[in-house]
Amino acid sequence: MAVSVGSEPTAHEDHHHEQSFWSKYVFSTDHKVIAMQYMATGVVMGLIAGFFAYAFRMQLAFPGMDVPGFGIVTPADYVSLVTNHGSIMVFWVAMPVLLAAYGNYLIPLMCGCDDMVFPKINRLSYQVFLLSAIVLVASFFVPGGGFGGAWTAYPPLSAKAEYNLTPLGSSLWVLAVALEFVAFLLGGINFITTAMNSRAPGMKMYDIPVVIWMLLIASILFMLSVGPLIAAAIMLLFDQNLGTAFYDPNRGGDPVLWQHLFWFFGHPEVYVVLLPTIGLTADIISVFSRKKLFAYRTILYTAFGTGILSFFVWAHHQFISGIDPRMAHIFTVTTLLISIPIAEMMFVYIATLYGGSIRFTTPMLWALAFIGEFLIGGVTGIFLGASGADIYLHDTYFVLAHFHYTFFPITIIGFYGGITYWFPKMFGKMMNETLGKIHFWGTIIPFNFIFIPLFFLGMAGQHRRIYNFEHFPELATPGLQNIRVFATTALLIMLSFQLVFFYNFITSLRKGKKAGKNPWKANTLEWTTESPPPHGNWPPSELPSVYRPPYEYSHPDREEDYWPQNVPN
Amino acid sequence: MIIQDWLAQVSTYAGSIDDLFALIGVLVGFWFIVSEGVFFWLLYRFRAKDGVKAEYITGEEKHQKRWVSWPHYLVLICDIFIIYGAVTVWYDIKQDLPSPDATIRVIGQQWAWSFVQPGADGELGTADDIATVDELYVESGKLYHYQLEARDVMHDFSVPVFRLKQDAIPGRVITGWFEPTTPGSYDIQCAEICGIGHGVMAGTVIVQTPEEHKAWMMANTPQVRDSISIAANTAR
Repeated sequence: MAVSVGSEPTAHEDHHHEQSFWSKYVFSTDHKVIAMQYMATGVVMGLIAGFFAYAFRMQLAFPGMDVPGFGIVTPADYVSLVTNHGSIMVFWVAMPVLLAAYGNYLIPLMCGCDDMVFPKINRLSYQVFLLSAIVLVASFFVPGGGFGGAWTAYPPLSAKAEYNLTPLGSSLWVLAVALEFVAFLLGGINFITTAMNSRAPGMKMYDIPVVIWMLLIASILFMLSVGPLIAAAIMLLFDQNLGTAFYDPNRGGDPVLWQHLFWFFGHPEVYVVLLPTIGLTADIISVFSRKKLFAYRTILYTAFGTGILSFFVWAHHQFISGIDPRMAHIFTVTTLLISIPIAEMMFVYIATLYGGSIRFTTPMLWALAFIGEFLIGGVTGIFLGASGADIYLHDTYFVLAHFHYTFFPITIIGFYGGITYWFPKMFGKMMNETLGKIHFWGTIIPFNFIFIPLFFLGMAGQHRRIYNFEHFPELATPGLQNIRVFATTALLIMLSFQLVFFYNFITSLRKGKKAGKNPWKANTLEWTTESPPPHGNWPPSELPSVYRPPYEYSHPDREEDYWPQNVPN
Repeated sequence: MIIQDWLAQVSTYAGSIDDLFALIGVLVGFWFIVSEGVFFWLLYRFRAKDGVKAEYITGEEKHQKRWVSWPHYLVLICDIFIIYGAVTVWYDIKQDLPSPDATIRVIGQQWAWSFVQPGADGELGTADDIATVDELYVESGKLYHYQLEARDVMHDFSVPVFRLKQDAIPGRVITGWFEPTTPGSYDIQCAEICGIGHGVMAGTVIVQTPEEHKAWMMANTPQVRDSISIAANTAR
């Protein structure tokens, strides 16, 4: 249904007839509805994963306690909780919210077209995704319980029921992951095609907003990297259920094969979820500092550079996994090289603030917090990419704290940054700023108090996925236990502040101030249509054309401090 | 802020890993403080003020870009130092194995560690081998090779005070080394999830002085142990 570059907009019959509830909200092909479906599903899954974190953090702080709302956390529960917390947060929260929800919502709107190129594939993508989420949730309730072999699912543990003791749970987990990949492959086809072929007339490559570029690069990275893991997942399903021996060393297989295939996907995957947040951060800081992005092209090149390098670093997850020790040198070099584009990206964002007129709105606070917090994630990654230091730090809480300092800014801060920025467009209402800021500080401060202490636990030698440290005298000291209690307390505070967000969301939806078309005085095309945009995004006769790049803020020739992309002069 | 504040160093190479950690800490700490400092200063300096319009800077011109490209060359130089340090430490610990005074076998299985060390003949695989479970007795100042195996799933032989960590893979024997320095009892952790018992897969390494270790060997060598029990039986 999309309009390709240069062609005349045509009237679409189906935009005008009345739609039933089912075809409008459940079986819709409208990219905005599909985006909402992805977001709602992602948020629900996020609540489940947050609850899991609550349960296992309580067990770590108060071993053996009857956790309110969960009960006693047995060792089997514990490994299943940490496994599924990680799996859900990566595959069923970060991916659907950042890539699918923002991708679906923003690509057609910011490119100035009426929908995705393949709306029905888009709908199918969500349906397969929903199925994958249902399969995963079902796996918690089958006999034996959910899979507990970590989100990385290393065989032989994941491959044989006699080892993992979850015959059904582990198969359903692999099946859910494979289905999830199918959903995102379908979505990726749409994202790439739409952004490449259906842009508004006049929108050249360098007129595309950074967030769209990032969603595009993320989709390409995902599609290039996921193939090996789908193959790996099918082999794992066969090993589990058909008695094959792809990963069984006793019958000629190799368990390390899985690790290579998993991380060949797994490391680009980090950038698949990182790039959308990098992108929306760029858009938000540009709008609220009323500044043109510093070196727009450099940002794109660093993203391309990061994307390409990300295919050559996977074995830094496997330094001590028994690969040839000489390989570690190569992967140390490639891994540390990634610091160059990422550092450059951060420098560019910071440079954008120079000379700005910075407004500390809620979305801006989230975007700035992303920069401030992600820097911690970035610099701590250097310790782990350096093979010599990783000998000690591998699989300790230092790793855990490091990647939470990347994934939390990416997923949670990225989600809140995006939702608070585009809420007026999505729902036509403004969110409450005071509540927004209370929620912001109530999330960011405890977040640091959860994870800074975990760096120190890692330095003290505490390893991951251990349900209770009483068996390890060096780790069972009162000093270290106090740190665990401290982190858990911070988690409880952070979780309780999330209620403020949901309260703000619902009351703003009902009683919020009307937003109008362009409440933030932003330049990009989504702000040129009604809030919320109608089916088809613009009336067919009013589809926008583009005359300039997206970040012309505070231009010296203009009275106003913004210059929308669709305004001829 | 350094590792040895949190955990003792009990092997000859523990210090080099901790030093590398400290080197990286200094280098990235510098960048972290500078970046965050500039970041917060800009936020304060350029907060919105009535009647002040933002500047129009493209960042595409050379004299502007150098504000980003110079720091970025400096990052590259720091990377080179870090890579040098990482590669050297890695080479000494994982790649270039010094010749051993003794070789032991370490076997991980759900959920216990077994150890086999040579008896008086110094050879593995002979009748006087000493097998232990969950307790590894070694001598300080003696260089050991370990041959690491796994019976069922992946495990990981980790002795935090040694800064020693190595995955154990079913179907492979992986050789590495360590040389303990200070007598005492220390934790062995399994550092790779290995099923529901992962959290109880604890072991202890007991580093003994040469005299203690000799006595322990005497008391635990199979024939000696047998002859002691024979003697006891005869006496009864």
